[in-house]
Amino acid sequence: MSIKAENLTYIYGRGTAMEQYALKHVDFEIPDGQFVGLIGHTGSGKSTLIQHLNGLIKPSEGTVYYDGTDIHSEGYSLKELRSKVGLVFQYPEHQLFEVDVFSDVCYGPKNLGLGREEAKQRAREALKLVGLEERYWEQSPFELSGGQKRRVAIAGVLAMDPRVLILDEPTAGLDPKGRDEILEEIRQLHRQRNMTIILVSHSMEDMARYADRLIVMNRGEKAFDGPPKEVFEHYRELEAMGLAAPQVTYIMHELKDLGVPVDDEITTVEEARDAILKLLGGGKDD
Amino acid sequence: MIRDITLGQYYPVDSVLHRMDPRTKLFGTMVFIISLFLADSIGAYVIATAFLAAAIKMSRVPFSFMVRGLKAIVFLLLISVSFNLFLTDGQVLIKLGFLRITREGLRMSCFMGLRLIYLVIGSSIMTLTTTPNQLTDGLEKSLGFLKKVKVPVHEISMMMSIALRFIPILVEETDKIMKAQMARGADFESGNLIQKAKSMIPLLVPLFISAFRRATDLAMAMEARCYRGGEGRTKMKPLRYNRRDYMAYIIYGIYLAAIIGVKTVR
Repeated sequence: MSIKAENLTYIYGRGTAMEQYALKHVDFEIPDGQFVGLIGHTGSGKSTLIQHLNGLIKPSEGTVYYDGTDIHSEGYSLKELRSKVGLVFQYPEHQLFEVDVFSDVCYGPKNLGLGREEAKQRAREALKLVGLEERYWEQSPFELSGGQKRRVAIAGVLAMDPRVLILDEPTAGLDPKGRDEILEEIRQLHRQRNMTIILVSHSMEDMARYADRLIVMNRGEKAFDGPPKEVFEHYRELEAMGLAAPQVTYIMHELKDLGVPVDDEITTVEEARDAILKLLGGGKDD
Repeated sequence: MIRDITLGQYYPVDSVLHRMDPRTKLFGTMVFIISLFLADSIGAYVIATAFLAAAIKMSRVPFSFMVRGLKAIVFLLLISVSFNLFLTDGQVLIKLGFLRITREGLRMSCFMGLRLIYLVIGSSIMTLTTTPNQLTDGLEKSLGFLKKVKVPVHEISMMMSIALRFIPILVEETDKIMKAQMARGADFESGNLIQKAKSMIPLLVPLFISAFRRATDLAMAMEARCYRGGEGRTKMKPLRYNRRDYMAYIIYGIYLAAIIGVKTVR
């Protein structure tokens, strides 16, 4: 099971004065069970890219393969693909429409042609997965708080039981607590269900913390692709693209420049804490 | 998908027509429309065609963009042409059963067809070369005299420009919600009429909610910036006539005189 993009190119407004490349010859392969972070400046083609992966956009050139099959080949069911590759859009709470939370989550499984009972079962599981308490299930989705609404929307996609979950900035506009909770739940899905996760985010800290692999997009092209530590070594180039490394990496670089013997590949606060404590502990022994 | 709506689509290139004052273009379009209704001879249509061709050339907008607007009136065009063709009395040219084509009918239907096509192309030149905001600005200024009889010109034009501004936003929003529901397995294409109508609910409910949310946000933002109607409001870019506008008015005068001239000489 894998998603593979080959020579993916997408052109907006072809043949008009406003013709513009959104994607330029992008190649990558994402194996099963990987947690991939996708970063890039606004307008770098991230959102266009993820919409190619479940067949919402047809590439101008190039091919997307799911499990080795071209998803735009004749007779391939895009509906089935969309049940396997779940896509949670930015501000997904804007797609809620039903009278109560539970029916809204049932919408996806019902579209897949599942029976009423099975759809309900799926909805129950999904709502539990995102950690929404049962007392909210019969309420109107519009009465909930921002973070709760977002969970309902994510549950709406999870109820389709996807193998791959793509999330476009799932934490945008949430308070720090809501943010951490949602990211933790995504990590749980990854660990417990071995789901492939593709996470679009602007937070380098989150990326360093959660992702196994980072793909950096710049002006429609793939700029970097590798483990976060490797990618963040190129922080000068990242800055030129309007991005950055995690703040703690900068601190570690400064410390090293000041002559403190620390590892400058550190990308998370926890690692930095351990490194500094080790250093201080070593100082006491002297 | 639904981005192909051409209504009021501005085509961003730099040309003499783009730089012209919107009032000049509005007036020019009006002159052109009037001239089309005055024209009833081949000579007049030759002049109108030359005028239109010059405008198309000067606008630097690809001709294919203007023709696109014609698709919407194909049906209307067919009906009016065939009515004129078959139902005009006069010297019979061809007789097919109860249908007969007369010389006058042929002439009338040709002129009618041309008139409709020119109307659409002429007005689309205006909308293609003028941003919606310029257009409402121009309208507000040209209709300013109506304020004297208590017509809320400013409010109407403000409403118009907001409505126009919201069209692309709502189109984009529709596209986004459609995609989000498609990602949840929605199907907007297949099924019979009732199923199709039902499948629109997951699209329309979020769309209405977002439209209302945007409207309140906009109203709030306008009030926060002390908007209180047109009274005493100044403009950052007030409309001013340039030399090319005066030139244009002279050309309009010559054009209209030529059309009327052809009409009276005959």
